[in-house]
Order: sequence, then C-alpha cells, then structure tokens
Amino acid sequence: MIKAILVFNNLAKPRLIKFFEHYSEEIQQQIVRETFLLVSKRDENVCNFLESGSLIGGNDYRLIYRHYATLYFIFCVDSSESELGILDLIQVFVETLDKCFENVCELDLIFHVDKVHYILQEICLGGMVLETNMNEIIARIDEQSKLEKQEAGITAAPTKAMTALKEMNLPQKIKDIKLPDINLRF
Amino acid sequence: MSTTMDQVVKKAKDSFGPMFDKSLHDLVRGIRNHKDNEAKYINEAIDEIKQELKQDNMAIKANAVNKLTYLQMLGYDISWSSFNIIEVMSSNKFTFKRIGYLAASQSFHEGTDVVMLTTNMIRKDLNSSSMYEAGIAMSGLSCFINADLARDLANDIMSLMTSTKPYIRKRAVLLLYKVFLNNPDALKPAFPRLREKLEDPDPGVQAAAVNVICELARRNPKNYLALAPIFFRLMTTSANNWVLIKIIKLFGALTPLEPRLGRKLIEPLTNLIHSTSAMSLLYECINTVIAVLVSISSGLPNHNASIQLCVQKLRILIEDSDQNLKYLGLLAMSKILQTHPKSVQAHHDLIMQCLDDKDESIRLRALDLLSGMVSKKNLMEVARKLMVHMNKAEGTHYRDELLSKIIDICSQNDYQHITNFEWYVSILVELTRLEGTKHGSLISLQLLDVAVRVESIREFACHQMAVLLENAHVFIVGSNSSNIAEVLYAAAWICGEFSSYLKDPQKTLESMLNTKITLFPGHIQSVYYQNILKIITYIIITLNNNETIIKELISMSIDKMSVFLSSGDVEAQERASVILNILKSVLKLLEKHEFNVNELSGLFDGVLNPVAAKAQRKVAIPNGLDLDAWINDPPSESDEESEIKPRHFDNTHNQSLFSGDNTENYYHGSNLDSYSGDQSDSNRTKNYVEPSTEEIEEQREKRKQSEKMNPFYIKDSTKIKSLQKTEVSSTLPNNADRSQVTSSKGTIPANLQLSLADQLYRQAKIDEENRRLKKKSKSDSGSSKKGKKTSKNSELTTVDDNDDDLYPTIKVTRGGELPEGVTESGNEDNENDQPVGKNKKYDPHRALNIDLDEKPLQKMSTPPTEIQEPIAKPVENPPTIMEKQKKPKKKKAIEKEEKSSTSKSKSKRERSDYKELLSPADDEKESVVPSPSNTTAAAPPPPPPTTTTTEAKPKKKKTKEKKSTNNDNSAPLLFDMMSDDINPTSTSNQQYNEQNVYKLAAESDYLTIETSIIPTPSTAQLDVTFLLKNRTSSIIDHIDIHVIDSLSSKLLNTTSANHVSFPSISLFPYSQNYIHIYFAINDISFQQKLKTTLTYSINKSSNEIQTDTIEFKLDLPCSQYLRKKSLDPDAFAELMSSGTLTSQSNISISSSSQDFSSLINTICQTYRLTVVDKINSATSLYSETILGHPIAFLFKSTNSQNGISINGKSTETHFLSNLMEEIKNFIK
Repeated sequence: MIKAILVFNNLAKPRLIKFFEHYSEEIQQQIVRETFLLVSKRDENVCNFLESGSLIGGNDYRLIYRHYATLYFIFCVDSSESELGILDLIQVFVETLDKCFENVCELDLIFHVDKVHYILQEICLGGMVLETNMNEIIARIDEQSKLEKQEAGITAAPTKAMTALKEMNLPQKIKDIKLPDINLRF
Repeated sequence: MSTTMDQVVKKAKDSFGPMFDKSLHDLVRGIRNHKDNEAKYINEAIDEIKQELKQDNMAIKANAVNKLTYLQMLGYDISWSSFNIIEVMSSNKFTFKRIGYLAASQSFHEGTDVVMLTTNMIRKDLNSSSMYEAGIAMSGLSCFINADLARDLANDIMSLMTSTKPYIRKRAVLLLYKVFLNNPDALKPAFPRLREKLEDPDPGVQAAAVNVICELARRNPKNYLALAPIFFRLMTTSANNWVLIKIIKLFGALTPLEPRLGRKLIEPLTNLIHSTSAMSLLYECINTVIAVLVSISSGLPNHNASIQLCVQKLRILIEDSDQNLKYLGLLAMSKILQTHPKSVQAHHDLIMQCLDDKDESIRLRALDLLSGMVSKKNLMEVARKLMVHMNKAEGTHYRDELLSKIIDICSQNDYQHITNFEWYVSILVELTRLEGTKHGSLISLQLLDVAVRVESIREFACHQMAVLLENAHVFIVGSNSSNIAEVLYAAAWICGEFSSYLKDPQKTLESMLNTKITLFPGHIQSVYYQNILKIITYIIITLNNNETIIKELISMSIDKMSVFLSSGDVEAQERASVILNILKSVLKLLEKHEFNVNELSGLFDGVLNPVAAKAQRKVAIPNGLDLDAWINDPPSESDEESEIKPRHFDNTHNQSLFSGDNTENYYHGSNLDSYSGDQSDSNRTKNYVEPSTEEIEEQREKRKQSEKMNPFYIKDSTKIKSLQKTEVSSTLPNNADRSQVTSSKGTIPANLQLSLADQLYRQAKIDEENRRLKKKSKSDSGSSKKGKKTSKNSELTTVDDNDDDLYPTIKVTRGGELPEGVTESGNEDNENDQPVGKNKKYDPHRALNIDLDEKPLQKMSTPPTEIQEPIAKPVENPPTIMEKQKKPKKKKAIEKEEKSSTSKSKSKRERSDYKELLSPADDEKESVVPSPSNTTAAAPPPPPPTTTTTEAKPKKKKTKEKKSTNNDNSAPLLFDMMSDDINPTSTSNQQYNEQNVYKLAAESDYLTIETSIIPTPSTAQLDVTFLLKNRTSSIIDHIDIHVIDSLSSKLLNTTSANHVSFPSISLFPYSQNYIHIYFAINDISFQQKLKTTLTYSINKSSNEIQTDTIEFKLDLPCSQYLRKKSLDPDAFAELMSSGTLTSQSNISISSSSQDFSSLINTICQTYRLTVVDKINSATSLYSETILGHPIAFLFKSTNSQNGISINGKSTETHFLSNLMEEIKNFIK
C-alpha cells in the first residue's frame, strides 16, 4: 500500500500532498517538513530509499523518492510494495505529467495542482496502484479534459464573461456570450 | 441598445463581479506576489471564498472549493466548508463534481459528520452512466469511506465489479479493499466475486484483484492458502511484472505456512530469476526464494544450489553501479545471512568494498552485514579492515558508527569469535587513539569486561593499561571534544585490581600519582584513588616488611595524595581523604612497628565475577517487601531498613553490632589520643571528622557487609579461585614472543602502540598456519589409522567444520552470576514482555481475519462447498457402511442445488490443479534423493519418501479430529489435498483457538450444538456463533432459532419476533455448519441464561420431513462481555491513579494447578484480557467490556503452591464481582 505521495520543491514548498490515511492539516505539514529534512540532505547519486520518518508509518514503511530538477517526488510505502516498482511508478507519473503539460516544469504543478491530482487519480486509488500504462493514463485524462471542455461551453461562460468584462473595449464582445447562461442556476 | 448593454454589464458585475476576480490561478499568483504577508493575503482570500460559497451559482462555488483545496495543501483547515464541498459534489456537471470530489478526498475523513448525507448522492454517482463520473466517485470514496458508507454502498460497489467497462471494474475491485477495511462483514459475501476477478479478461482488473487479495493475504495469510493454485497459475502465465511482483511477494508470505508450496515454487522462481530482465522482478524472486529457503531449512534437493544462485545474483546487484540495486542487494543479503551465514561469508570482499561507498546508507547496510559474517577465522581480518576504514573515514558520525561496530562484532556472544584476546585488548587500546569519539565509555566497558571475564588476559591487559596510565596526560588534552578519558577509568581499575600482574607497580603508582587527576571527571578520580591504594597495598606486600622502603613509599604517596583533596567532585574528594587517612594510619603504625600487611590487604580481598544480565530481576524479594503496593502508599518499612541501615551507623550502634565479630587484631583501638593529635599537617577544616580507628574498622566491616550484598563479590573466595584456576587458560603458543612484544611495549609509549595489534595479528596468522599444518599431518595419519570410516565425501566439509579446532580455546566466563538458588531460564521474561508493545496499536486487519471457507451468513446464494467436502469425504479407516450410506445422499444434495454443484466442480478443478502442482515435487524428490549425491552431500538424506504415504494416514486422521473441535476448516482442506508430509503450523492453530472456543451447548440424537461468543466490532453487541453438527445421514435444514429477550439483551436481525431463521442453510449428512446470531446488550452486570429453542427439519430418506426442536439455555457469562483491548503501561497507570475505577474486588486462591505465567496466559486467552505490564510475580491485565467499561486486574503470585491473589478494579461493581467469581472458579 502507498500511504502518502508528496511532491515538494527544493525549498520544502509543497506542490502536491496526497495522503491515503487521514492526518490533520497540521500533521501533514509536519510530515512534509520532516520528509524534506530527510531527503534534502542526501546527495545526488545515492540510493533512493530511506527509512521513513517518525511521523508517518513505522518499521514497515519506507520513503522512496526521486529528485527531478527542482522537485522531489516522494512515495511513502509499506513492505507490500516493490521498491523498484515504485521507483518506476514515480517515473511513469512524472512522464505522464510531462506529456500532459508538454515539458512539465514546477510552474505547471504550481498553477494546476488540481490537474495533477486528476492525473494521480488515474494512477492510484486508495493507496493501491491502479494503472501503470502511460498511454492508457493519458488517453483517460484526455477524454476527461474533452468532457470538461464540452461542459465549459456552458459552464465556463461566466469565467469567459468576466475575462471579457475585465478587458472590455468592444461592447460587441459581450454579444458573443450566450447571455441566458450567465444567470444559469444550478 | 447601449443602455441595455450597460445594464447587462452592471448586472453581471453586481451578481458576481467582485467575486470573480480570483480563479485558482489568480490565487496562486497572488500568494506568490505576497511573500511578505502571505498569511494575511490568504486570510483575505478565505474571506472572499466564504462570500463566494454563499452564492447560488455553482460555477462560483466550484471555483471557491477548488481554491480551498489548494489552501488545504498549504496547511489550512478547510473542514468548515464540508457542506459546500458536498454541494459541489452534487452538481450534475462533471467538471464541478470532479472539483467537489477532489476537495472531499483531501479534507474529509472518518470524523466528518456531513459524510452521512452523501450516501445516496455517491450511490447515484457510482451508478452514473458516465464512467468518468463513476470513476471520480470511486477515487473520492476511497479516501473518505467510513464504516457507514462501507456498509451502505458495499452492494453497489460489488455490482460495479461486473460492469462491462474495465475502467470501472478495476476501480471497484480496489475500492472493495477499502470497504473490507471499514466493514469486515463484507469480506465474506464479496470474496467469491473478488476471486473471480483474478481471472478477469482485462489485465488491469486482474492486477487490481491480485493487488487486493495480496493486501488481504499479507495480513492473514492462513485464510488464503487455498488460493495458492490460482496464484501459481497466474505466476506461470502472467507477463505483467506488477502482477508477478505482487504474487511473488504473496508467496513469500504464504510459504512459512505451507512448506510444500515453497518446494514447488523454487523451480519456477529460479526460472524467472534466470529469464527476467526486470530488476524489480528479479529482486522479488530472490526475496521469495530466500523466504522459501528459510522456511524449509533442509531437505530440499537443490537447496544449496538455490542459495548459491541467490547469492550470486545478489552479488551482481551489489556490484551494479546503480546505488538502488546495491542497497537492495545488501538488504536481501542480510536475510540470507541469518540462516546461511557461510554462503554470505564467501562474498565478504564485496561487502568490505561497500564500506568505501560514498552513500552512507549503503555503508551502514554493509556494516550490518559484517557483524553477522565474522567467524573465528576472519574476525581479525575484518576488524583490521574496519580499523583502516575508520582511520580514513570522514565525519565523526560514521567513524563512531564504525567504532561501535568493531566492538559489537568482537564482543558478540560473549567474545565467541575471539581467539586471541591480546589482539583484542590491543585493538581496544588502539581505538582510544581515535580523536573525538563519543564511545570512550564503551571502550572502557569492554576493557573491564574482558579483563574480568578472561582470566588469562589479565596480565597482558595490566601491562597495556599501565602504558595508558603513564600516558594519561594525552587524554586530558582531548577531553573536551570527546569522552575518551573514560578508558582511564578501566585502566586504573584494571591496574589496581590486578596489581599483582603489574610489571613495575612502583612506576605505575608514580605515574598515577603524578597525573593531574583532578582534571578528570569525578568518577574517574574516584577509581584512581581507590586503585592507588590497591597498588600501594600490593607493593607493601611484595616488599616483605622492609619497613624503611615502605615508609618511604607511603610518605611519598601521602605527599602526592594531599593534592587530590582539592578535588572538585564530592565523592572523589571523600575517597581521597579516606585513603589519605588510611595511609597516615599505616604510617603511624609503621612507626610503632605494629603494622601488619594483612590488615591493609584485607580491604581488597575477594574475587570479582561478572554478573548475569538478569541477576537483578532474579533477586528474590525479601519477605515483607511488597513491590506491588500502590505507588501512593508510603514505602514499606522493610524497604527502609535494608537501605538506610548500613549507611547511617552511629558509633555506638556500630560497636554493638560488630564488636562480636572482631576476633582478629586490627587497630586495637589503643592509639586514639595520639592519632587525633597528629592532625596538624592536614588541611581539613574543623567540621571534618578524621576517621577514627573505629571508623576505619567500620569501613572495613561495611565493605565486608557490602561484599555480602554485592553480587560482584563472592564470599568464599578461595573456592572460586580454585575453580577458576582449573579452567583452561590461554594456550598461546609463543609465550616468549608475546612477552617480548609486551615488554617492549612497556617501555615504548603511545605512538608505537599502533603496530601492536598488527603484530599480534600477523603472529596469529602464522600460528594459525602452523597449527593447520600440524593438524593436517595429524589428521592424515589419523585418517589412515581410522581407515575407511573417514570417508572421502566428507572431506570437503570436515576441513571447513573443524577449522575451529585450529584456534586455541580461551576460557571466557560467559553469562554471569545470579542470586543464590536461581537458575538461568532462557529468554522467557523478555518474550513475555514483548507482545504487550506489539498489541498497542489497533490493527484494522485483525478484523479481516475471516475464514473464507466458512459458510457465509445469509446473503450468499452459492454457498462455497469446500466445507462439506472434506467432511463428507470419509476417513479411509472407518467402516465402509457409513460411506455407502452417504454417497447417494450426497449426489441427491448436489442435484438439488445446482449452483452449489457448479462451484464445487470449480473448486475441484482447482484442487486437482493443486495436486498437479504438487505431485511432481514428489517425483522430483523421489528421483533425486535416492541417487547418491556426488557433490558435497553433507546433509543427511531426508526420510525415505516411500514411507510418507503410510505415515500420512494417521496424520490425516489427526487433522480430522482436530478440525471437529477446532473449527479449523481451511487448513484441513488443504491438508486433504496434499495429505503427505505436512506439518500443520501449531501457531496458527493456537491463534485460531484463541478466537473461537466452542463449547458444547446442547445435543440431540440428530444435532450437536456448540457455541462460541465473541463481541462484534460495534459496541454493545455479541456475536454468538453456533456450530451445528449433523449427526444423521439426512439433510437438516429450515433452522430457526428462538431466543426470549431478557431485560438486558435483545436478539438482533430477527425475521419475526424473537426468531431468527436461516432458510438458506442446510446441513449435509455428518457435516457441520455455522450460524451467527447477534445480541444487543444494554447491561452487563449479571450473567445471563437465555432460553433458546432451535427448530430444524430433518429430510428423511423416505421423503418425509421430521421437525425437531432442541431447547437449551444459552449461557452468557459475564466474561463474554469483555472485549480484547490493550493499553500501554503509562495510560494504565494514569487510569489507576485517576480514581475513576471506583469498585474494587479481591480474591485470593491458595493453590492452583498451573504455574503463574502459564495461568496468566490461559486467563488472557479465556477472558480476553491483555497484559499491560509484568513484574516478576505480578501482572497487571486490562480489558474493556463491550459497553466500554474499563476493567483492570492485578494478579500476584503468592509464594506457596502457585497461590494467587487477584485484585480487580472497575467502574461496574456487580460485573466485577461476577467476573471475579468466574475467574476464581476457572482457576480452581
């Protein structure tokens, strides 16, 4: 089982936190800090496994991480997971992000953390590995994005409206918006 | 036109203008732009979000919730918005729904109460026509599912497993695991369908099912043994590495329970190891092979080959440049090491190399391995290499780690591997040169321990320590950064205690006196002063009453000692002054020519012996001392007596006590006056009282007294001495060489010391070679004499095994002394201590320990028939008449229930698979074993396989019998499949017993009823399991139970008033089955006997149906209201002192049949108590009632004949007294 997935940058700023077991927000932040301390003091080119910290897990748990440029990707797993398997999974996760965001960088994660979550939801569920095939994951993500876009035709209207209003030079623009939708009640 | 346009714009702005200036994107950017006052900015943002959430527009709400999810990641509690999150979840737009579910999955948890409102909404989403909606619902649900949701949605999730879309199926399968965790009752009915998914056409679904079952099986492997054939097939067919890894890991957990499985696994695993290119898979294969080899320690034909293969492959991993592989390789190596140290030792070079690795975690792993790899043969070499590493190592942490490891390696098992203690002592001395180490006291302890335990080393140690003492000034310099000065503690003590071995005691004494001892910590000073006196005493003895020299010596010592009176440490100062005054008295006596050396040497009589680690615990408690008295009570008097008396002797008291003992002439008390007049040179203040002769006498007596009490001392010293002298002393061959080495040591100080260990090492190597040669020639001649019996094939191994003979045996006093009349008793104490800690945390998986072959409760339309098969299948031995009767009946039954027959045939197929799977192993075994193994053939051949079949029969019978009493169904099932050579694991059986103990409740001619009562996970409920055994040759069905409710109990799940009927359950001839009924309990004070009527129908062969009833009393004793609950000692102490446990009850039982500890074990098992703490003869136990009342017990063993006194505390008076009564009867 995967107990937690953490992504944070070289300055310990969290970029994604996913716990498969409940911890209060305060503890979550502590775990991030503690994990950061454990991981950040390690050199490059050392092994990617370490005993997990005091706050999360116990004897049975290990941290398996990868460091890409400015970001650490850390999985806290118990002994039922294969260490090397999880390393591959992190790779799959990151490559998927790369495909979905087209040359992913930290900024993508910062501004689209929700999307990162949706991608992660295609990879694991409830702490168990769901899908490891990258093409399959990307296909599903694309389909959902399409679904989102279809709906955006209606529901994103207010957003578009506001953008339009903010930079309103031409009153004509407003005409393009389907006015009845603005006041749509749900 | 323009007016309308303005109106529109205004309207838009009014309705959501101000709200809409922040999307998630804006929020993130805003936070980044307000780095200085981020908190303030976020608080403002939260205020805005609160406003937005009040809007009716779902898009605005969703946007707000999306922002909240982001803030949650930053550590902000968003639980206040739970309701809004649910609103967004309920949106009918996929985009919003997804935002809602994401927020819920991040912030909801078991304690979120609004989750209760979501059940129907989630159900709708799960069954949504859009698979992505169902998908996000399942993803979210997996995060915040609780017991209620799990119960209510279990069926929906189950039906999703049959969805046409793999996307949904695989999610449903994984989600099911979460359902099980939160609602263990769901496991049983869902399991057959889950098992079907193992053969799902979609590999993703298959992988998910494997994943879930592996998770389940990992915690309770026993219940999943029956699935081994399916997994085996999957393993040999699947190409998905993820699936393979999971399965292989699962097998690793299963093999300890079923050795035959392990045997069968070796071959395919070996093939995988050879064929796979995936390192992850290779690694897991190796791990499982290791697990197999560990569980079957011998008897496997290619056992050694497998180990070799593993070790070789691991070597490849370790040699790889990838640090991860290296790390894992070392990790797996350490597993092999535990059982096959020799195989790992062969790769000792590689592991030494890893010590140079730049990665510290790898170095530490390698260090771990090293300690397990040393033997007599390579210890010196390993330690030497570690020393080299230590000198090179950077960073004090790692260097200290190395140092402690060296000592660890050398000292393990009471110096088991050390053949040359001179070498070890010199290593220790060398270690003291390490700068800035924190392990000074560790080295010091080792020196002391070696000197005390190894008599033959004392001389050498003394010489070495003398050198250290001469160079003590070196340690003063370094004392700031490290505690290496600690070794002087050992040095001074060893030189003092074994002063007779000192080469030049005079010189040592001088160097001790000349050191600025006062710069050392107090405890070192104290040891110095004490041992200075010891050395002086020794010198005086050797001087043979040459009074002038003695006087000279003493006056010199007095001179130097006076400096030490200025010591800053209280105890050191005290000792210095005591010793100074002893010396002065001696001087005075000398002048009067009344001095007798014996008086002085008498102070230090006696031999020191090591104390066993457990000695303190084994000290018998003095009569009248009650260690179990409540903490708040005043300490008992006997306690004070024993401690304080020896300290506070006043003079009169003292004399009256000891005057009788003073038969010898000591100071005769004659010179009191002159003595007191001699104080002029002392720089003492007035209030310092010089020790009078009485006081000195008293001191000596005290010393004697303390010797008596002190387990370090043995009263009858001569006896021990003679004993130890008979011990084999070191048979070091080159006495001359050694003394040469040491004598040179004596004169050449520190810097040359370094080479000593190396010299000794070289010497040892040469010696070893000599001995080997000698031995070879001897054994050559020996074998020729012995002739044929020393066979050729054993040559390879014998050389190895007998290597130990090459080394001199040096007597090491292992273990240590125990109080009189106490014997070493293994580790039992520790073992008993452990489980308490383990049980501390509640493990949800315990509830999932469900026997999956058991008949399900009600729902299942297809009862798994496994249970009937082994029972219906007759044991071969009993009379055949019975069998004839049975068979047609059985057929009939199968015709009746088509469904069950299909599943039966299925299970049959699996079983035959399993047989197939196992039988070749037999062939293999038979074919391999008889052929004379021409390789090493060290292991004795396994018992002839041909006998197994005959042997198996009685065994099988045994398991049958066990089953009927134990309700252990799954295991016998498997045993039936492979009836030869199985050792049912007794531990698992025991575990099982603990849970379900069935007691006979009633029986008729047709039916036996046994009951077992356990509390359900929900509070205030009892689960009563009836084990019904059909004693007829007919089918029994239409079972109906009627229980009259009492005031405090109520039957649950009734089909009509006070009735529970089980229409789906039928008992086949001579088979058994379980039914569960549940009671709600609202009062636990008294035991209950519920009038129960069980009605059933017997389908007689003549097609007539006979209805019969059994009436009996269902006994619900108080003890059954207890629920196992553990408590850590701290919380327990808190509870006891809190005063909440108002009712109390005591009983004492003069004698019982069992000894105390086994009694505690049985009581724990029977009454679901857990041990909180255990001290010698007292144990505190804890439990809770199903209504949550705490119950605490203190069991004490009173001395005579296993007598026991029990002290119980609880909040419920009646319950407690009833329970105590029960326990009392039980013990009697």
